[in-house]
Formats: sequence, C-alpha cells, structure tokens
Amino acid sequence: MEKEKKKDLIISLAVIAAVYAIVAVLEAVLPRTSMLFTVLKKGSIYALVAVSMNLLNGFTGLFSLGQAGFMLLGAYTYAIFTIPVEQRAAVYQYFDGGIIQFSLPVFLGIILAGVVAAFFAYLIGLPVLKLKSDYLAIATLGFAEIIRALFQWDKLGGLTNGSNLLRRFPVFKSTLFPMTVAGICIAIIVMLINSTYGRAFKAIRDDDVAAEAMGINLAHHKRLAFTISSFFAGISGALLAMFQTTVQAAQFKSAMTYEILLIVVIGGIGSVSGSVISSFLFIACSEWWLRFLDNADTYIGSFHVPLLRPGFRKVVFSIVIMAIVLLYQRGIMGDKEFSISGIRKKIAARKAAKAKKKEGTK
Amino acid sequence: MGFFQTNLPYLLAGISTGGQYALIAIGYTMVYGILRLINFAHGDVFMCAALMVIYSASYLPLYISLPLAIVATGLLGFAIERVAYKPLRTAPRMSAMISAIGMSYLIQNLALYVTGGLTKYYPPVPFISDSIEIFGAMTKRVTVITPFVTLFLIIVLVSIIKYTKIGIAMRAVSRDFETAQLMGVKINSVISATFVIGSLLAAIGSTLFFSNYTGVTPTVGGMPGLKAFVAAVFGGIGSIPGAVIGAFIIGICENLIKGMGLTTFSDAFTFVLLIVVLMFMPTGLFGEKATDKV
Repeated sequence: MEKEKKKDLIISLAVIAAVYAIVAVLEAVLPRTSMLFTVLKKGSIYALVAVSMNLLNGFTGLFSLGQAGFMLLGAYTYAIFTIPVEQRAAVYQYFDGGIIQFSLPVFLGIILAGVVAAFFAYLIGLPVLKLKSDYLAIATLGFAEIIRALFQWDKLGGLTNGSNLLRRFPVFKSTLFPMTVAGICIAIIVMLINSTYGRAFKAIRDDDVAAEAMGINLAHHKRLAFTISSFFAGISGALLAMFQTTVQAAQFKSAMTYEILLIVVIGGIGSVSGSVISSFLFIACSEWWLRFLDNADTYIGSFHVPLLRPGFRKVVFSIVIMAIVLLYQRGIMGDKEFSISGIRKKIAARKAAKAKKKEGTK
Repeated sequence: MGFFQTNLPYLLAGISTGGQYALIAIGYTMVYGILRLINFAHGDVFMCAALMVIYSASYLPLYISLPLAIVATGLLGFAIERVAYKPLRTAPRMSAMISAIGMSYLIQNLALYVTGGLTKYYPPVPFISDSIEIFGAMTKRVTVITPFVTLFLIIVLVSIIKYTKIGIAMRAVSRDFETAQLMGVKINSVISATFVIGSLLAAIGSTLFFSNYTGVTPTVGGMPGLKAFVAAVFGGIGSIPGAVIGAFIIGICENLIKGMGLTTFSDAFTFVLLIVVLMFMPTGLFGEKATDKV
C-alpha cells in the first residue's frame, strides 16, 4: 500500500512536470501572442486565488468575500516596491516621484505582497472572524471596499499614486513564470490541507462546536486559515499586476470576488484540483472560446445568426454558471480530488464490474 | 448657523438618499427575515427598474411607462425568486447565497448586453425633476418629496404587514418557518409576495434615485444595494423601522462626509459602520436576539 502511494506520487509529479514541459515547448513553437498563453497565464493566477479562497470557504467553512481586497493589497505592494528608482519620477508625476526611493528585486516584491496582505488579514481578522456565516461574508466584502477607497485617496498619493495607474514595474514574459509560482503556492496549500492544521480546519468546517469540544482552538485556527489564504491571495495579486503590466485600485471591485467565488463553486467547494480545473475553464471560456458569440456578423451559410453582438458571450456564460449553481451544485469535482490513485481505483472498479458481468453471462 | 448654512444642501441630499436607500433596504430586510438570505441581486433589480423605464419611455408616454416598469420590476422579483432561490430551499444556506451572487452576475451581464456598455440617461420626470430653491439652496424637487413618499409607503407597508392576512402569514413565516408551514401557511406564496413587495419598493426607490442621479450603467445598482443592506443590518435585520432609520442615518452621514470634501470615503464610511455595528451590536438597533442551538 505504502509502495503504491509512493508510485502514485511519482506518477503525479511526472504528469505535472510533463505539463510544464509541454507549455515550454509550445512557447518556443507558437507565436507569443497566441490566446493559449494569455489563458494559461491568467488561468494560473486565478487558479491560485481560487484555491486560496477554497481554503477558507471549502476547507475551513469561513464564507469570506474579501479576496479582491487582498489581491489589491498584493498587487499594490508589488508595484510600489518594485518600480525601478529611475522610473519613479515618471510614474508618480503628480506626487513628486513618490515617497519610496528604492526598489526591491522581483522575488522579494512577490513575497512582500503576500506578507502585507497577510498582515492586513490578521488585523481585520481579529474582530471580523467572530462573526458567523453571512455576516462574515458581508463584513469582508465591506473591508475590501474600504481598502479600495483608501488606495484611491489622494492624500496617500505619495505611496499609492492616488487614483492614477501604477506602471513600469518589472513584469514576466514567459508563461512558465506565473505557472511555476502558482504551482508552488498551490502545492504548499495542499500540504497544509493534508497536515494536522488542515484536519483541524476541516473539523471546524464540519461542526465548530464539536471541534471546540475536541480541543481545537477556534479563534486561533480561523485566524490562521484567514491569514494564510490572504497571503496567497496577495501573491496572486502581485502576479495579476505583472500580467496586466499596470495596476489601478478601481479594478478590484466586488465583482472580481464574485467571479472567483463562482470559479470555486464551479470547481466544487472543497476541492483544490476542482478549483484549478475550473479557473482554466472559466478563463478560457470568458477570454477565448466564447469570443465568437461577440461577433455580430456571424453567418451559417447565408443565415445571419441573430442576437450575436458584443456582450452576448457574457450573457451565455452567466446562464451556464447559473445552470451549474442550480442544477449541478457539487460542481465539477464535488469535494473529491483529481488523483492518479483515484483513476487507478476507478479503472480497477470498472474491470471488476466487467469481470462480474462476464461471469453473469456465463 | 454657519455650519447649518454650508451643510444644508448636503443634509437635504442626505435625507433624500436616505429615503431612497430605505426603499431598497426594506426588500433586503424582508427577504432576510423570511429566508435568512442576503439577496445580492436586489441592487440589480433596482438597476433593472431604471433601465425598463428608460427603454419603455422611448416608446410610451411617461405616465404609462413608469407604472408599467414598476409592475414589471415586481414580476422580475417574483421570477428571480422562482428561478434562483426556490429550487435551493432545502439546500445549505450558502448555496442560496451563491445563487444570489450568480443571479446578480447574470443580471449585470444581461444589462451590459442590452445597453451595449453605454451609460443610459433617465428621462426627466415632470414635476419631481424640476429645480426648486429652499433656504437659498438649489435642488431638485425630488429631494424634498422623497422623505414623504418613503414615509407614506412605509406606513402602507406596515399596515399591510399588521392587518392583512398575507401580512400575518409573513410575520408567522419569519418567526418560525417550519411551524408556519405546519399551520397551513402557504410558504411559497408568502415568499413570492415578499419578493414582489420588495421589488416594487425598489422600483419606486429607483425612480426617485435616478431622477436625481440620471446616469444608469449595468453596475450602478451594486453600491446603493450594498449600502441599503448595511442599513438593514444597522437597523437590525428583519425589522422594517430599523432598516428605515438605518438608511436615513447612512444617507445623511454619507452626504455630510461628501460635504467635508472626503468623497473617496463616503462609500467606505458605510462599511466601517457595518464592521463597527457587527462587532458591538450584532443584532442592530431593533433586531431580535438570536440564540444558537447546537
């Protein structure tokens, strides 16, 4: 059994390595502007933030809607601390070159983005995590809105550039960069979920009164889950900043949190692999595959297809999402994980069923 | 007197926005009282009401299109409940909330498709959109009318809840869902009625709101919606007078903050208030104490 587990782990790692290798090869072969890379880049960023949200909503049972706020913190932190010194005068043209006159390397910037988001999460978590279910949701949503207002305040312009864009910070070119960073972060989250902490989180989700009776410190574990989740949301915010090459607070609206929540729901609340799969599907559908629905001059033969015009894609898309939410509540993966051992078990079960059938016909 | 003179326009605007928020907040608080569901799509219903007026007013005279749009909004509220919430009545509470968020996403995208992403402008409503002068401050007549319209509608609503059969049923359902069902209350029609009333009030609120701020975009309902929800929480969710008082306080404070030149924070203030209220007074001003049963 132990041996089989090891074998499965090696196969899983090999599959993941193969995916990265294929992307590397594709990047060398296909033109850089291909939609595929946009989807992979944005998809992996959303995968990270969706998994981080799932850690809260799916594994700890804390219904938080503050993800956009923490992404904003991450994106701004990264941008503020990595803009090269010689570019600062141009970026902060209305604020005398800004108050920060140094810049950090990219790697440190990303880590710092997570740390700042986690720090704010810790502070806000002290009062807010005492709240239950939908009150928690609305309080975290409110917190994200406060942060968004704060970052657009012109008195803080020396730091945040007011409501102007932040730009000219270092960005990534290769698709492998966001995929690798997101991959490492998701791996850390998975390890956390499988640790004693993860089991405590799940106990809180299933029944917090029982969990407390078993000796789990509720306040401590909730705060821990909230802080860690925000750390990774902050990192994905930094990646998003790099992907877009500019940052502006106005973009991190509650609609963004809703999108991430819908990704988590489509993937299955409580499934990491579900969140990853669904964020790639979500981004691919919204950015790429459904684009044809926006084209007003579509003909099938000589038939002019009605209704198609810009915006129709999003309508179809949201109807599909509603259908999933209403009819297929468990999402793609439910609370199961996609794994090699799972597939192996399924194949074995199918074989056994076939063998039984054969016996039956004899 | 100087403070009063400079802040009068903001105070007036505050009372009027407060009244408009109150009309939206009632929809939230009634639905929450009965279903324990934050109806995230309510703000979008408010936006849809405005779009319906705009589109119907380009074909019909305003005195027909306005009532028509208000009735249509009531039907929209009914339809949303039937499509998005009824199938999930036995599902965990969070599923219904996710469905509400999905519904809000759908309505916004639909509005984006219909409007083509352009800002539409609310037609001027005769009489209430006219400019008038009070104590030397220029404003639209709607600013003065709103509090009275709001109070009138609330009195009507409270009498409905107090004296009619459906009102008694609503109170019974919000007190205890299952027992009410056992007593023969038709849960589905009570819930539908709640949604219809909430949407009708939101539609009237939207007429008043957009007569003042005429630009309508697909996301315009979000902020007033959230603020009205905060008002409902502040007043004690489930309580109608609480929601109204909360809405007036939020509307006035928000406009006074704008008057102090801190416009950026007028939205943030609402949420700071929310977090403070939830921490120190989780049941709000007039809310009932809830006990958790294991």
